[in-house]
Amino acid sequence: MATETAVDVVMPQMGVSVSEGTVTKWLKSEGEQVEADEALLEISTDKVDTEVPSPASGTLTQILVQEGETVDVGTKLAQIGGAPGANGQAQTASPEPATAQAAAESADASGAEGETATAELVEEARSAEPEPTAAVPVSDGATDGKSFVSPVVARIASEHGVDPSQVQGSGRGGRVTKKDILNFIEEGAPAAAPAAPAAPAAPAAPAAPAAQPAETPAAPAPPTLAPPPPQPIAAEAGEQFEPMTAMRRGIAEHMRRSLDTSAHVTSAIEVDMSRVVAIRKKLKQEYEKDYGVNPTYLSFVARATVETLRDYPWINGEIRGEQIVTRNYVNLGFAVELADGKGLIVPVLKHAEGLNLLGIARGVTDIAQRARDKKLTPDEVQGGTFTITNPGGYGTFHGTPVISQPQAAILGTYAVVKRPWVIQDDRGEDVIAIRPIMNLTLTYDHRLVDGALAGRFLRDLREKLQTWDESAY
Amino acid sequence: MAEKTYLQAISDGLREEMRRDKRVFVIGEDVGVYGGAFKVTLGFQEEFGAWRVIDAPLSETAIVGGCTGAAIMGMRPVAEMQFADFISCAWDQLVTVAAKQRWRAGTPVPITVRLPSGGGFSGGPFHSQNPESSFAHIPGLKVICPATPEDAKGLLASAIQDPNPCLYFEHKHLYRRIKAEVPDERYETPFGKARVHQEGDDLSVITWGAMVYTAEEAAQQLDADGVSVEILDLRTLVPWDKQAVLESARKTSKVLVLHEDTHTGGFGGEIAATIAEEAFEDLDAPVKRITAPDTPVPFSPHLEKAFIPQVENVVAGLRDLAEY
Repeated sequence: MATETAVDVVMPQMGVSVSEGTVTKWLKSEGEQVEADEALLEISTDKVDTEVPSPASGTLTQILVQEGETVDVGTKLAQIGGAPGANGQAQTASPEPATAQAAAESADASGAEGETATAELVEEARSAEPEPTAAVPVSDGATDGKSFVSPVVARIASEHGVDPSQVQGSGRGGRVTKKDILNFIEEGAPAAAPAAPAAPAAPAAPAAPAAQPAETPAAPAPPTLAPPPPQPIAAEAGEQFEPMTAMRRGIAEHMRRSLDTSAHVTSAIEVDMSRVVAIRKKLKQEYEKDYGVNPTYLSFVARATVETLRDYPWINGEIRGEQIVTRNYVNLGFAVELADGKGLIVPVLKHAEGLNLLGIARGVTDIAQRARDKKLTPDEVQGGTFTITNPGGYGTFHGTPVISQPQAAILGTYAVVKRPWVIQDDRGEDVIAIRPIMNLTLTYDHRLVDGALAGRFLRDLREKLQTWDESAY
Repeated sequence: MAEKTYLQAISDGLREEMRRDKRVFVIGEDVGVYGGAFKVTLGFQEEFGAWRVIDAPLSETAIVGGCTGAAIMGMRPVAEMQFADFISCAWDQLVTVAAKQRWRAGTPVPITVRLPSGGGFSGGPFHSQNPESSFAHIPGLKVICPATPEDAKGLLASAIQDPNPCLYFEHKHLYRRIKAEVPDERYETPFGKARVHQEGDDLSVITWGAMVYTAEEAAQQLDADGVSVEILDLRTLVPWDKQAVLESARKTSKVLVLHEDTHTGGFGGEIAATIAEEAFEDLDAPVKRITAPDTPVPFSPHLEKAFIPQVENVVAGLRDLAEY
């Protein structure tokens, strides 16, 4: 893009449900030259932390949003080229990851702020009439029948966490009908409720599939995440305040929502890992030498889990409205603690059913590393069907994680500990041996998964680990 | 099973009840020698005698009053109004005496009043009305509105055996136009259980009596548009199958209530209000009513056509709902 024309850098839409983002770091300063696609700044949203590449080559003329500030999606962050403040002529350009935000530019004028100040908006619209500044024509759609939400559509929307304004209406005047919203949900609607990436005790992969830019080019910004609560006037003696990050707020919302949604029950089982330990010892050298990959215990558990899930489709399933969803694939989420210890993200290994032990070990290493480096794309933290959390690294032997909505269950893996274990010797007599034991927990949504089903799942998973078949995996 | 007209089914059902239950007798204007204005009781007097098939004087008050007394004494009378319109003369006996007797004295009043109702043949204002909702409003009376020959027979048997005063509205327009299979054996069709005339997914029509067929024709046109219409035949208004109506409303979320009776205070209002109260969160459109307007039934064929809901009116209403 030519440098002569001013190009706006706006806060990208990192997934349909994300409504705001925080500028964490400017990688260029005003007056500096920047190339198209070169990393320009870092942002943090409640879904993902990422770099924003420059939409054009030119001089970074003006930075409008400073580090630490949180702004709505579509807000102009900076300008490349042109004269500083040359707003009127600015061409809006979306940075690469932002696919649907261009239309949000016009949202200011079309009332995307919500219902807060209709009168003011009307007033503003009137006074602004002679000199429209938005690059995209303002839609008059807000005045047609689309704004009316019938009782049944409102109910379905709230049950599924869908924003009806994102649905294409086929009723009179563009009204969203019951069929429209049901079709929308069936086709895999992105949840409107902001989905948290993760939480410490209970990692959570966001529910929504990736944004569908082609389908929702003119969608107004989804309802904003609740703003941080106003700070109390003063801290009590000995207390200190720290602003909540977007990720923390996302985690908080998701954890609360999950407990309000699913009937959480946890079952635990003890697994004799002797065989896995022996095989891992043998494979470790080979994998590290040949592939640069460490076959962790987690990889073994993940591989066996995927295999076991084949026989338990409901545990890899979901309750969606009145329907039970099952799948012929497993998108496996892994809780990854972020380096600063403040937060956690759940990257998803897509189609894990097609990966062998090496593939899973490699995939886990890759996404975990990129999660820590903030190089994940929104797509990589979405669409999980089952999650594994591994708090055992610190020696804990039991836990009750929170399910990542809308999944049906989450597996917890704990420390491998040497314990006295009763086994049978060659003569069939009971003896005490020293065995590496790992506890596994399955926390499941009791609405869908019965206790007996969970028990059988854990039993089968234990069986696969205890009798690990090298040739099969 | 044999194919019978709606009228034949009523006649056969009545005869069967009289044969099996000596307490059952028929009384009405011209029901004996003449066989009834519409020939429902043709041949009855020959078979059952003049004491069980009684030609009454031109007094609906006397007919219903006499039936009420006989019922209290243990009989199962079946009164015939020559036209449903004439029942207004018997209002006091029905509403003040028959409907209240059980509450007042604890004695059941098992009477059945047959009411040839409805228009469509230029009968004019006194021979075409559908006064069912007036009686649905009176606690103590049951209101029955069969639409098919099979139901006509089964609901009549239930009415005669019911311990309460039952108003049995038989639609004149269906008498000889509607023919269908009717089981040969005796059976009772239960009250308060709606019949799904046809299943559908997109729109619901709640109706009864002759309008079931109007709805069916309209639904065929909608079907050609790719809109599937469910038609629920209530069969009885008191008691009415609230559950079935709410289920259908929850399924399609768009409901049309259709009746031949006039608009204000028509039973459709009760249905619409109930849906609004109990299925509000399942509605995707306002509940719509198609009824006759608030006027007497006109005599002129053209005006009567404008008065009674026609297939094209129902089609327009359904399309409006579909597009909403």
